[in-house]
Amino acid sequence: MFDIERWQEIFDTIRKNKLRTFLTGLSVASGIFILVILLGFGQGMQNGISEEFKGDAVTSIWVWPGRTTIEYKGLNPGRRVQLRNENYQTVQAMFDGDYEKASILYFPSNVKVVYNNDLLVYDVVGTNGDLQRIENEFLSAGRYINEIDVQENAKVAVISNKIKREVFGHLDTPIGEYISISGAGFKIVGVFGEYGEEEGEEERIFIPISTAQLAFSGSDKISNLNFMLPEMESFEATVQKNNDFTARLLTYLKQAHVVAPEDDRAIYIWNPIQDAERFYQLMGGIKLFFWVIGFFTIVAGVVSVSNIMLIVVKERTREIGIRKALGAKPWSIIGMIMHEAIFVTAISGFAGLIFSMGLLEIVGPYVEVDYILNPSVNFNVAVSTVLLLMVAGSLAGFFPAWKAVKVQVIEALRDE
Amino acid sequence: MIEIKDLHKSYKMGSNSLHVLKGINFTAEAGELVAIMGSSGSGKSTLLNILGMLDEADSGDYTLDGVPIKNLNETKAAKYRNKFLGFIFQSFNLINYKSAMENVALPLYYQKIPRKERQERAMKYLEQVGLKEWAHHLPSELSGGQKQRVAIARAMAAEPKVLLADEPTGALDSTTSYEVMDLIQKINDQGNTILVVTHEDDIAHMCKRIIHLKDGVIEKDEKVTQVRASQYV
Repeated sequence: MFDIERWQEIFDTIRKNKLRTFLTGLSVASGIFILVILLGFGQGMQNGISEEFKGDAVTSIWVWPGRTTIEYKGLNPGRRVQLRNENYQTVQAMFDGDYEKASILYFPSNVKVVYNNDLLVYDVVGTNGDLQRIENEFLSAGRYINEIDVQENAKVAVISNKIKREVFGHLDTPIGEYISISGAGFKIVGVFGEYGEEEGEEERIFIPISTAQLAFSGSDKISNLNFMLPEMESFEATVQKNNDFTARLLTYLKQAHVVAPEDDRAIYIWNPIQDAERFYQLMGGIKLFFWVIGFFTIVAGVVSVSNIMLIVVKERTREIGIRKALGAKPWSIIGMIMHEAIFVTAISGFAGLIFSMGLLEIVGPYVEVDYILNPSVNFNVAVSTVLLLMVAGSLAGFFPAWKAVKVQVIEALRDE
Repeated sequence: MIEIKDLHKSYKMGSNSLHVLKGINFTAEAGELVAIMGSSGSGKSTLLNILGMLDEADSGDYTLDGVPIKNLNETKAAKYRNKFLGFIFQSFNLINYKSAMENVALPLYYQKIPRKERQERAMKYLEQVGLKEWAHHLPSELSGGQKQRVAIARAMAAEPKVLLADEPTGALDSTTSYEVMDLIQKINDQGNTILVVTHEDDIAHMCKRIIHLKDGVIEKDEKVTQVRASQYV
């Protein structure tokens, strides 16, 4: 269907009507440009918010005990709840397969960490290997606490990058060094880091949970119980599963510790996904808002293209009459006008697309405002909008063209 | 070449109907140069529109070169116009953003003739009307007489059976008018059939036959001795 004669005719027309072509193109290109930039910032906000939640796995659940506030089954309020190993074991049996990772923490109190006769003021935390995934920590060197450490009550420690900097800065690597925790020597086996700027979480020294309980009079106490749930195919399903899991877990723990079901200060739960859900809803709203603005920008683009096409056809009524008198078939005239319309909208649409996407590509990575990160746009969405505008532009060209060829030649030629 | 039998045409003007052509009969042979005369409202433009297939008669027969022109759809009419007819208008009707040569080549475009050949043929006809040097000028750079000569070249380019000229000299001064008529006469000398609508007596007498229209009927149809326009040029 490639008709070189038609193309030459159209290029002739375009070349000789530069201003008209330019104005049509400009309105199309700016419409696409605004839409792509808007969508890009929508995506940027999504990236930014995702980044904010990168610190901890978003599907994690954190449980720690408090004090009862309600009298229940003859027990006084104000009683301290203490989680124990058996709770964890029961949870393991009850919820096997519902969660991906689980870690138990024990925070020994009154420990003294010494290195080279210096007293170090960092927290000591007993844990198992799964914590790394739950807290989304990366390893800078060595290894993390593992199962064998826990089984063998190994005296090993994993320190943070911050501690490495502050205490072991004079060494090539802190691995293999010994620190003394309340008199017992612990060998450093790894260095971890936290994403983002949560330096506070880098104030910790991890040792195996079993060692912590054994060495620092923890017996079978647990300070903190953490889980990470698998992500489901949709965000809603993940939230749903998370809420179910939390509810069942709380029910069990409250029963086990004789806590009133309505007492929500005896056992605390922090559920980042619920925060995330609020953010995602907000973001969904903002994205929808951007889409609506973008949509109306496109509508405005379509209207202005239609408008210009209308004027173009009106302006060319006489020419259409001449062409008809010279033997142009109606469809060849409609075809010519639409061909021109589609060509101009396509070229300028893609120009706007390339310009805006180029801008996002170049400027995007430098945008680092809170909650906006690397604005970018889905290429398919952008191309679809250009195609939509092309279809709209050609429809906009079609109706006036159709009307124009229906005009009697004589009337068209009288049109001054 | 042209045969018209009992042609009627009326226009609806609101609730009234205006009967413009009230049974026209005439025949034109190949090679004739016919003037159609009449005052405004006599129906001469309507007749020309029907002859030019730009309008359709209500009743009657119209045969062009043995082909009955009846119940044409737009596409077929366009094809016939392109093949059979060349138009010359009072207001020239050149496309203003196309050069003289491109204007002349335009009917050939609709005959699907390749670009190169179109341009060659357009140049040939421009040469015939004496405007070879002006081929690449836009209509706005040409005088009225030159424009009309470009329009004549355009009408000739498709090598039609019949040339239809609607007041070809209406917008020109008398010297230029005679130049244009001289050109039309020369084209007629080559054997082309030409119909000229005019209300000017001197122009009509440069044709070989005059048909007088009045109130939608042929009042008089006479052969005249042709006055050569070249003697005034």
